[in-house]
Amino acid sequence: MNTVIMILVVMTVIGLIFGLVLAYVNKRFAMEANPLVELVEDVLPKGQCGGCGFAGCKAYAEAVVLDESVPPNLCVPGKAAVAEQVAKLTGKSAPPIEPRVAHVRCGGDCTKAVKNFEYEGIHDCVAANLLEGGPKACKYGCLGFGTCVKSCPFGAMAMGSNGLPIIDTDICTGCGTCVSACPKQVLGFRTVGAKVMVNCNSKDKGGAVRKACSVGCLGCGLCAKNCPNDAIKVENNLAVVDQSICASCSEATCLAKCPTGAIRAIVSGADLQQQSKNEAAANS
Amino acid sequence: MAAYFTLFISAVVVNNYVLTRFLGLCIFFGVSKNLNASVGMGMAVTSVITMSSILAWVVYHFVLIPFNLTFLKTVVFVLLIASFVQLLETVIKKQAPALYNMWGIYLLLIATNCIVLAVPILNADSNFNFLQSVVNAIGSGLGFAMAIILMASLREKLRLADVPKPLEGLGVAFILAGMLALAFLGFSGMISI
Repeated sequence: MNTVIMILVVMTVIGLIFGLVLAYVNKRFAMEANPLVELVEDVLPKGQCGGCGFAGCKAYAEAVVLDESVPPNLCVPGKAAVAEQVAKLTGKSAPPIEPRVAHVRCGGDCTKAVKNFEYEGIHDCVAANLLEGGPKACKYGCLGFGTCVKSCPFGAMAMGSNGLPIIDTDICTGCGTCVSACPKQVLGFRTVGAKVMVNCNSKDKGGAVRKACSVGCLGCGLCAKNCPNDAIKVENNLAVVDQSICASCSEATCLAKCPTGAIRAIVSGADLQQQSKNEAAANS
Repeated sequence: MAAYFTLFISAVVVNNYVLTRFLGLCIFFGVSKNLNASVGMGMAVTSVITMSSILAWVVYHFVLIPFNLTFLKTVVFVLLIASFVQLLETVIKKQAPALYNMWGIYLLLIATNCIVLAVPILNADSNFNFLQSVVNAIGSGLGFAMAIILMASLREKLRLADVPKPLEGLGVAFILAGMLALAFLGFSGMISI
C-alpha cells in the first residue's frame, strides 16, 4: 500500500514539475507569428521550385511579408495572378511580370548531330558531361539524358524520341529549375508570345558547327541582314533574337533565309506532336 | 581518464547503437535520403540524448533510488524525454529559427525514439556515475550521427547507380545498412565494458 501511494506522489510531482516548466517556457518563448505569412503562403503555387530566389514557397512568403524590400512579383510560376494577390495581401505595388517558358536551345537530335563516341555510363547529363563533355561532337548541344526532365517540379517536360527534351508550354511555369539543372546551359527562357527562336547554343565558328551538326547556327548573319526590323544580332557566332522587337513582325523572313534551319518558328505542343507523327510516317 | 576514453570509443564505434544494437532504425532509414537532413538529425539526436541522459541521471539517483522506485524508470524516462524535447522545440523555435527550420519535424520525432530511451536506461542499468553517463550519451549520439551520415552519403551516391528494379528504394537501403553493420562488426570485441 505504501509503495502505491509513493508511486502516485512521485509521478504526480514529477508530472506537475514538467507541466509547470513547459507552461512557463511556452509563455516565456511565445512566438508572435504573423498570420499574413500563412495567407501569402496559401496563395503561392507550392511548387517549391525556388525560382523566386528563396528556399521555397514558405521562405518567400516570410520574406515578402516581413521584409519591405522584397517585391511581391518574384513568383514566376504564379504569373500575374499570384503577384497581384500577394501585392494585395502585403500592401505592396507589383509591376506586372512578363510570362516566360523554358526553351531548348538545341535542335541537334540523334539524326542531325554527329557523335564522337557512344556513351554507356550513368544515364545522367551531369555524369556524361564529365566525360569529354559528352558524346556529341558539338560541345554546346543537348546531351539528351534527361537531367532537366527529372528536375522539373511541375512535370512539364518529357524526353522526346529524338533525344531532345520536349517542354509542354501549357504546364511550364518558367521557374527555371531545368535551366540551372542543365550542365550545358542548353535551356533558356523565351517569352510566351515569341514568334521565332534560334534552336542552337553553339558559339563555335561556322565550319566547326557544320561538321558537328546539320541544324546548327553558323553565325553567318543572313538572318540579321534580312530582318526587316533589326531584331536579330549575331553575338559570339550565334544569332540572338530580341523578342520585344520580333513580336510585332509578321513577315518572318529569317526563317526562309537561314541556311541550316537553326532559326525556327515557335509551334505549340500539339503542332509539334503532329509534326513528329508526320515525320515518323514519312520515315516508315 | 583512459577509462572514459574507452567508454567513449566503445559507444561511438564498437557498440554503435544503430549498427550493432539495432536501435533508432526508423530515423536511420527515414531521414538518410539526404545528407543535409541527416547531419541535422545527427546533431539533434546527439544533443537530445546528452541532455536527457543528464536529466535522467539526476532523477534516477535523487528521486527513484531514494524512494526505492527504480522499477518506474521506463515510465519516468519516457515522460522526461518527451517533456525535454517539447521544451527544446519551444526554445529553439524562438532563439534559433535557422536551426529550427533545419531540424524541422525530426526534433519532435526524436521524442518517441528508442535510441533516446535506450541510453538513459542502459546508463541506469550499468550503474554509471554522472560523468560516465554523460560520456556514454555523447558517444552514442555521435555514433548515431556517424552512422546516419555514412548512410546518407551512400544513399546519395546510390541515386545515380543502376539498381535492379525489385530492390529500388528501401530494399537496397536495407542491404546497404547490412553491409555497414558487417563493416562495424570488425570492431566487435575490441572493447568490452
